Amino acid sequence: MIPELGHFALIMAFVLSIALFLIPLAGSFVSNSGAMHLADSLAVGVFVFIAISFGCLSHAFLTDDFSVRLVSSHSNSLLPPMYKLSAVWGNHEGSLLLWLLILSGWMVCVAISCRSLPLVFSARVLSILGGISTGFLSFSLFTSNPYERLLPSIPADGSDLNPLLQDIGLIIHPPILYMGYVGFAVPFAFALSALMQGRLDAAWARWSRPWTNIAWGFLTLGIMLGSWWAYYELGWGGWWFWDPVENASFMPWLAGTALVHSLAVTEKRGLFKSWTVLLAIFTFSLSLLGTFLVRSGVLTSVHAFASDPSRGLFILIFLFLVVGGSLCLYAFRAPAVASRIGFNLASRESLLLFNNVIFLVASLTILFGTLFPLFMDVLGKGKYSVGPPYFNIVFLPLMALLIPFMGLGPIARWKEDRIRSWQEQLSTPVIAVIICSLVFPLMGKDSFNLWIALSILLAGWILIGLLRSLFDRLRGIRSITTLVGRLTPSYIGMFLAHCGFAISLLGIVVTQQNSQEYDLKMLPGDSKTLSGYTFLFAGVRSVNGPNFLAEEAIFEVTTEGKLVSTLLPQKRRYLSSDSIMTEAGIDAGFWRDLYVAMGEPVGSEGAWAIRLHYKPMVRWIWLGAIFIGIGGIFTAFDKRYRYRYENLVTNESNEDRKFAAAP
Amino acid sequence: MHPARRQRLGVVLIVVFFSSLAIGLVMYAMRGNINLFYPPSEVIAGIAPQGKAIRIGGMVEDKSVQRSTDSLKVKFVITDFQASVEVIYDGILPDLFGEGQGVVVLGVLGSDGRFIANEVLAKHDENYMPPEIADSLKMSKKISAGY
Repeated sequence: MIPELGHFALIMAFVLSIALFLIPLAGSFVSNSGAMHLADSLAVGVFVFIAISFGCLSHAFLTDDFSVRLVSSHSNSLLPPMYKLSAVWGNHEGSLLLWLLILSGWMVCVAISCRSLPLVFSARVLSILGGISTGFLSFSLFTSNPYERLLPSIPADGSDLNPLLQDIGLIIHPPILYMGYVGFAVPFAFALSALMQGRLDAAWARWSRPWTNIAWGFLTLGIMLGSWWAYYELGWGGWWFWDPVENASFMPWLAGTALVHSLAVTEKRGLFKSWTVLLAIFTFSLSLLGTFLVRSGVLTSVHAFASDPSRGLFILIFLFLVVGGSLCLYAFRAPAVASRIGFNLASRESLLLFNNVIFLVASLTILFGTLFPLFMDVLGKGKYSVGPPYFNIVFLPLMALLIPFMGLGPIARWKEDRIRSWQEQLSTPVIAVIICSLVFPLMGKDSFNLWIALSILLAGWILIGLLRSLFDRLRGIRSITTLVGRLTPSYIGMFLAHCGFAISLLGIVVTQQNSQEYDLKMLPGDSKTLSGYTFLFAGVRSVNGPNFLAEEAIFEVTTEGKLVSTLLPQKRRYLSSDSIMTEAGIDAGFWRDLYVAMGEPVGSEGAWAIRLHYKPMVRWIWLGAIFIGIGGIFTAFDKRYRYRYENLVTNESNEDRKFAAAP
Repeated sequence: MHPARRQRLGVVLIVVFFSSLAIGLVMYAMRGNINLFYPPSEVIAGIAPQGKAIRIGGMVEDKSVQRSTDSLKVKFVITDFQASVEVIYDGILPDLFGEGQGVVVLGVLGSDGRFIANEVLAKHDENYMPPEIADSLKMSKKISAGY
């Protein structure tokens, strides 16, 4: 009964969402305020019904209702309750429902906080969001109904959730990632609404900016969680694989990064307007493309649940409608006259222009590498695969080129600055950074490494720019109130995000350069020394989990005779699916991770294939990403976004006008 | 020159510079880092190139997996039920590797017809098969139905 209720709620949401798409939009063209006022309540209605539907599906999973096909094929009575809940989105149909739930959640947020916006504008924004949710609801209802029943022959037990997904990382990774992924629908809707209005102004950029920053922050955190999960769960010790599905989330991130920065220029200086709109469309299109890649089954990946061609075709058609429609609108309505406001080559605008071009080019090269195998396959030229070296060769130089501009960004002034003044501000700290970059690599156990020196130089360059801008802001402060006034949330957010970038950069380069990895055969009693740490294989014992049996190896890690840690990697056999899984044993630390994973038993004397890793500073990669994500979200708490739209221009805080404000 | 025009010229130059840089990098990276998939029958027919990184895929033949007793060296045979190729690999195999299961291996074909793999990919879960394997199995089934 309850699954039928869920199905019915989904149909109700579909009907309401069609109404949300059509009525307020039509009302906005004929100036019918009654129709436009309907948008808010319709958005709430869509949300409520999707939430009911999601609740029903969760109920089916938690109560082991194996008459529902989805539950019987993705859950099991032995599964711990926590994983039963995450199994709701550990499959194609359920993850689509999660996508819809989050989209409608964003809709409600927009409806609540955009009350003070011009009615025509907010009605159109909600309408466009309603259009997107209509598309996805029909996708869910017509091609991937989560409530399909297995009647009358109900299976006695389910066939279990993929063991890879039975993990805390997989409980939180999809919702957070979707928050970002789907969140880009909001700036997209704002951009289209502004295009329909035919007026792109600073006000529009200011409305759209907090949404973009929050979505971007969540996307950063989601990608970071995925990378962390892959590191400890897949048992390879890698943290980024340039897998097409990772790229599917990384491309919107790159385009989103460009968007976050170009919105800053549009808001502060009224420049790059059409460009920003185009970026908003492009970013959301990449989100949709990512959905297509992941959901259509054209890719080989853990994420590719579905392999039904009709689903792929559906999303492809939807993608063409959305992208084609919005680009047509752009072509007709984008302001033909370029802005007349000028800026110097030495100015914050041109630095942000560099940022935009580099991020966009980077996302296009990754797009090319990701789609190349698909195109070749469609053209019948053979089954190609593009490996990680391609992406490293293309992506890393572009990022290295970005950093010189990134360091200058925070101290540069809008409109006009002098290169001379940059020299004055940064020349002394630069010498300190160069010395650090030569000295720090010598302080570790490893020999001098040019790449690490270079990464310290680049990270240091980012930091001195930031510290200098902080120093300028704090100079001459006498009271707490001026301190709070000057350290605006948007500045702090920028500071955190840029710091995070520097931290991640250091982590990535040091991990890549100084990691040590060995795959070897070990008998109990054998030991191996990596970078001063001695790994002693003490033995293997059997362990029983709630729904698996495991062989657990005991590794005692010592350095200079002292016990550092006992690592317990496992080889698990999951009972219901009879599948085998590696659980790595990791001793995490700020400066280094020690990592042991078990392969398979070798020979008859009890030996195992063992993978040992020493990974210096690998935590910095995710720590930096957390800084970036939190920074992005924090910017949205700035006073000037608190929707006092009436007197937009005059409300700008004086401090931000005085100092070049955070992008 | 008019300042607005000069500014636009600057923007265009920046865009042109970075895109040509990116295109250069892409061209350079594409030369060595893409690889093609071949089913075992094409390897045996001599279509697959030797000494170049390629991928081959199919089923691991029953009772073909031989492990060395003193190292991590493994030898196994991949088949698409038309032809089979011997694969040599040194390292830890993925969890879902097994006889009668689908795999894709990345490596280089030696002149003796043996394939030296440096990466072995197995399917991710019970219900899932890499599209390449599914295709090549479908193909060989079609051919055998024709006999």
